[in-house]
Amino acid sequence: MTGAVAAPAGGERPRTGALAAALRNPRVWFGGLVGLALLLAAVFAPLLAPHDPLQQDLMLGQLPPFWVPGAEPGYPLGTDSLGRDLASRLIYGARVAVIVAVVAALAAAVLGTVLGLLAGFFGGWVDALVSRLVDIWMAFPAVLLAIVLVAVIGTGLEAVIVAIAVIDWTRFCRVIRAETLVQKEQDYVLAARTLGLARLRTLYSEVLPNVMPLLLTLLTLEMGIAIIVEAILSFVGLSISSDEPTWGGLIAEGRQYVHDAWWIMSFPILCLIVVVLGLNALGDGLRRVLDPVMRR
Amino acid sequence: MPAAFVLKRLALAVPTLVGVAVIVFVLLRVVPGDPIAMMIPPGATEADIANLRRVYGLDSSILQQFLQWAGQILQGEFGTSISMRRDVLDLILGRLPATLELAVAAILLAVALGTGLALLGTWGQGGPLEVLVDGFTGLTLAIPDFLWGLIFILLLGVAWPILPISGRIDPRLGVEFATGFYLAESLLRGEWRIFGGIVAHLVLPAVALALPLVAAVARLLKASLQAVLQEDYIAMARARGMGRWRIILREGLQNAAIPTVTLGGVQFTFLIGGTVLIERIFSYPGIGNMAIGAVIQRDLPLIQGLVLTFALIFIVVNLAVDMSYAALNPRLRR
Repeated sequence: MTGAVAAPAGGERPRTGALAAALRNPRVWFGGLVGLALLLAAVFAPLLAPHDPLQQDLMLGQLPPFWVPGAEPGYPLGTDSLGRDLASRLIYGARVAVIVAVVAALAAAVLGTVLGLLAGFFGGWVDALVSRLVDIWMAFPAVLLAIVLVAVIGTGLEAVIVAIAVIDWTRFCRVIRAETLVQKEQDYVLAARTLGLARLRTLYSEVLPNVMPLLLTLLTLEMGIAIIVEAILSFVGLSISSDEPTWGGLIAEGRQYVHDAWWIMSFPILCLIVVVLGLNALGDGLRRVLDPVMRR
Repeated sequence: MPAAFVLKRLALAVPTLVGVAVIVFVLLRVVPGDPIAMMIPPGATEADIANLRRVYGLDSSILQQFLQWAGQILQGEFGTSISMRRDVLDLILGRLPATLELAVAAILLAVALGTGLALLGTWGQGGPLEVLVDGFTGLTLAIPDFLWGLIFILLLGVAWPILPISGRIDPRLGVEFATGFYLAESLLRGEWRIFGGIVAHLVLPAVALALPLVAAVARLLKASLQAVLQEDYIAMARARGMGRWRIILREGLQNAAIPTVTLGGVQFTFLIGGTVLIERIFSYPGIGNMAIGAVIQRDLPLIQGLVLTFALIFIVVNLAVDMSYAALNPRLRR
């Protein structure tokens, strides 16, 4: 990270400026690397995992990780109580995390952004309706809402994704609505309207691109939240079936045998902490880089 | 506090409660399509199903069904739990004291720790002490309470086993309690050994539950304290020769408390929601743990009763926060 690549911040080429600034930001680097590692683990799980994550071997149950006496070569992080390789289960667990992070966060983002844009741009009864809905939604604690939703729509990955989107759209809606209110008053919106652009068209082609940086930041943070919510639901047994390797499911199993095999629970917790801190750093870094006021 | 203010707030709570009841009714009775299908035991005959339909009034209109259902709820008839075959209200009332003790312990802890950190950070403003306090609150907020609970289990329950990590009381003690409030009861009876055991079981779940609130209180109170300390009357006090701690405690704290109480109220409802998960993690026998069990068992009457119980707690908490806010800030009472 030398200063040689310093691009003009803002000014004539704002896009390259933002990109260069992003590449000079240590938070973006850390978060980006964590995100990339997660994605690679998920995509190349069959190549990376030393064993089949479902393959049981009761003779090799609760093997410790490699640095603890009693470890078996070939099982670097040890095994769970059914003798399944922990490293492999962790790597395959990244798949569920990535799917939930991407699909659920995008779904929540789309729902919240559309409603937030409409409420902020049109105001009046649309705004009143959306804002009231957000208030009611946020009065209800998320964990409880998730439980009720899962009780109604049933368990499984789709249900988890729907539940996250239905609960977390308010995060996007509130911020995007406030930002739209600011953008609406800018000269460029007035110019577009004077040029005769239809209102919805103005919203789509003028306002939306300008709330995009903010949206990107929120989306990154939401990905971390979605991963945690999925881990919570699989921990309590309300996500996909317990045979499928998920980090939350591993934690639930490890919690049961925590006095005999502390490692079963420790590694998935470590994975979650690193991923959440990484995505937080990425979101925070992006916010600093993309916000022209903070970049200076 | 004037009675009119209290009455007005109470009146405002009624539509909220009705709203929650409608949402619960729609979500749990209308959306799943056929609630009977979720209630019938395996091997039920057509006649059994028709009978159940009549018993639950499902042959009448939706509005009639809602009124009938609401009427039963108001009389305390929450139905019978499918998985435990016992009265739902009895089950909930049996578990509720455990959750209340946990939540109250967490709140007290959060206020004490949060205020303490804010005072430390203000006292050491601009120095290493403030950096330490900021670092602590930042880390606390970055990692969700779900993970904190698990980290505590690993560190203080397994790696350095100084505290129990499961349940509410050591079952080997074999003590009988007259009420569900074990902590309060053992304290009042003066049974110190039992009281100590219950406190030991309560420490980790209460701390895990309190952490997000500790961080929130510490941050906001510190910010408002530092803002208040810029005011002219503080300079006056300093000019009169008042000591640093005395200024912070006597002049600062009272004026800085108002925004913290508002935020604390919002966070308190999150904390109540947090009991669901924390109770599960620490195998603590409260209504939160019960709620997850009920969903896994698809025990509709129990889920319904628990959701309404939680909603009632939220409404009462919000009411209490409104009132304490008004008590602190006389301008709002009108």
